[in-house]
Order: sequence, then structure tokens, then C-alpha cells
Amino acid sequence: MGTFIAIVLSAVLTNNFITVKTYGICPFLGVSKKTSSAVGMGIAVTLVMVLATLVTYPIYTYAMIPLHIEFLEIIFFIFIIASLVQMLEKIIQKVSPSLYGAMGIYLPLITTNCAVLGVTELVLGDMSSVIGAASMNVGWAVLYALFSGLGFTLVMVIMSGMREKLNCYKLPKAVSGFPVAMVTASFICMAFMVFTYIVI
Amino acid sequence: MNKYKKITLDGLIFQNPTLMLVLGTCPTLGLMNSAMSALGMGLTVVVILTLSNIIISLLRKVIPNEVRIPCYIVIIATLVTFARMFLEYYLPDLHDSLGGFLALIVVNCIILGRAEAFANKHNPAEAAVDGIANGLGFTFALTVMGIICEVLGKGSLFGLHLWNFKIGMFASPAGAFIVYGISIAVFVYIIDGFERARRVKANKLARGNLLKEEA
Repeated sequence: MGTFIAIVLSAVLTNNFITVKTYGICPFLGVSKKTSSAVGMGIAVTLVMVLATLVTYPIYTYAMIPLHIEFLEIIFFIFIIASLVQMLEKIIQKVSPSLYGAMGIYLPLITTNCAVLGVTELVLGDMSSVIGAASMNVGWAVLYALFSGLGFTLVMVIMSGMREKLNCYKLPKAVSGFPVAMVTASFICMAFMVFTYIVI
Repeated sequence: MNKYKKITLDGLIFQNPTLMLVLGTCPTLGLMNSAMSALGMGLTVVVILTLSNIIISLLRKVIPNEVRIPCYIVIIATLVTFARMFLEYYLPDLHDSLGGFLALIVVNCIILGRAEAFANKHNPAEAAVDGIANGLGFTFALTVMGIICEVLGKGSLFGLHLWNFKIGMFASPAGAFIVYGISIAVFVYIIDGFERARRVKANKLARGNLLKEEA
């Protein structure tokens, strides 16, 4: 139970993917103009992160390490993620066309999202700062991916709300667009700095 | 020769991948707190981008159009794997300071973007020049912002201690976001100023010619 709480707090608040690790900034800046699209993108990214970790972690631990082909991890992982995204797109298209209409345009973008490749690489490294003495296994890895994705979604939604308000003001040409979005993101990061006081 | 000059200027200034197109933001923001790792990241990207541009340009007639993106990703992932092994063996300090961002070069939008927008339509020489120019544009922007962040956030420059004055925020992602945003704004303002000055000059020239013709 302690490990579970530590993973949740660490993934969502203290080591948030956007505000601390700066993974997945492209969709964060690109798709956060409207709250509805930010929620869609966040959920899609979370789904792919969970599925990718669920597939890559066992493959790495039970196939690549015994065969001594760890050096191929980048090539393997990016291929697994690309095919997962493609498969997910086809499944959603068949099962729920309305969800596909809402999510469809964001799905192909996820392949080149740092957050997905980032989480699959991260759970293979040294996780002792998050899970403490407990030993790493598929369950913790997938849980970490799930809550990292939810933390990503949380920051996306906060950001999109702030940007919707910002649209009401007229800004000079050089500042509008990315610069003002970055300064907004900086304020969110400063707010999230408070959570570094949580000691797990 | 003029063509190469245009490619170089586009990559370095007018289409600068970091400041004008805002691509490859994750490593930029993540490594901005240290000028040394920013420079190391930039030079690694220069090498990988140039090689990937040359290889993709050489293979542009071989790769079928429908499966080009997976092919590009395999080429880039192979190059990144080589770069990672090379750095781990020869420059272990840099390898450690880049951390997870080294593997994430695979999904760096700049490399895939140049492959898709430039390398598959041009010959290898042009693609190589484009790769070097864009890579150096990225390196230049990243290093300048890294210097600003490191001086303000850590009171040091390339690891050398300067003074004890420091603002901790600038060594964290919050400061990186602010420095990046302000850099983009200043850069866009300067480029716009140049464009405006050029337009005014062209207008004046055109008007002068018109007056001469009337006379």
C-alpha cells in the first residue's frame, strides 16, 4: 500500500512528466488551446503509455536481457509503440466511430511523443527513488505509467483552461502564440514546485 | 552557390528549428539548466541529423512512399543507438548528463521533420548542408539559452564558478520555460524588424524608380 501511494504521489505531483521531467512538451503546447481537445489528447496519451509499458517491460526483462540484446532497446521500443498506436487507431475506428472522430487526429501524433518512449525507458532504469525498497515488476511499471499519464492530463487541462482565458486578450504579434504559452507553462511549473515539499 | 547559402541561412535563422518553428522542445527545456550538456546535446543532434539526412536522401528513390515514416524511424533509431554506444564508451560524463534525453532523440521532431520536409526531395549534398545548418541552429539556440539559465540559476558558466548570486528558479523547468518564451519573443521581434526594414527599403526603391520614369 505504501508503494502504491508513493507511486501515485510521485508520478502525478512531485515528478510530474511536464513540470519536472519536461517530457511530452510538443502536444502540451500544440494541443492545449481548447479544454476538450486537451482532455482527448491526455486520455489517448495515457492509454498508449499504459499499453506500451505493458508490452515493452516484459519483452525487455524476459526476452532481451536473456538474449543479451539490450542495445537494441530503442529500435524495438519505437517499433512496438508505432505498431501499438496504429493498432489502437484501427480498433477505435471499428469499435467506436464517435470516439474515433473525437480522438482520431491525435492518435498518429502520439508515436513521436517523448512521454511514451520516455516512460518505457524510465521504468527500466533506477526507480528506487519512487518505489523504495520494493522490487520492480510489471505491475509497478504499468501503475507508474498510468499515473504519469494522468499527471500529464492534469497539467494539460490546467494549461488549456488558462489558454482559453488568454484568448480574450489582444497581445503584440511577437508575444502571441508560443511565447505567452511558455510563460503560462512556467507559472504552472512554479505552482507545481510546491509539491517538492512532499517527502515520500 | 546561392542555393546553399539560402539553405544555410534558412536553417540557422529564418527557419530556425528551435526559435522559429518551436520543434524539439523536450530536450531543449530539459537540458537548459547546464550550458555544457546543452552544447553536447546540440552537437550530438548535428551529427545524427546530418547522417540521417544524407542516408534518407540517398535512399529517397528506394523507399516506397507509403511506408516512408517507419523507414525513417528505423534509420534514425539505428543512428541514435550508435550515438548512445559511442558516448557511453568515449564520453561517459556527457552520456550521464544527457540521461533519458539521449534515447529521446529518436522522437525529436527536428530530425523526422527535416527528413520529411527536405531530405526526401533533395540530393545528398543539399541534404547534408541542410542537416548541418539546422543542427547548428538548434545548437546555437540551445547553448545561448543554456548559458542564460546556468548563469542566472547556478552562478556558473560551462561548470566554472562565477559568483555566489543565483536564482534557483532558473535552474528548474519553470525558469527554462520563461527563458525559452522570452527568447522566442525577442528573436521573432528582431526578425520581423529586419523584414520590415527590407520591405520599406524595397518600397522606397520602387517609388524612386517610378518617380524617375515619370520625370
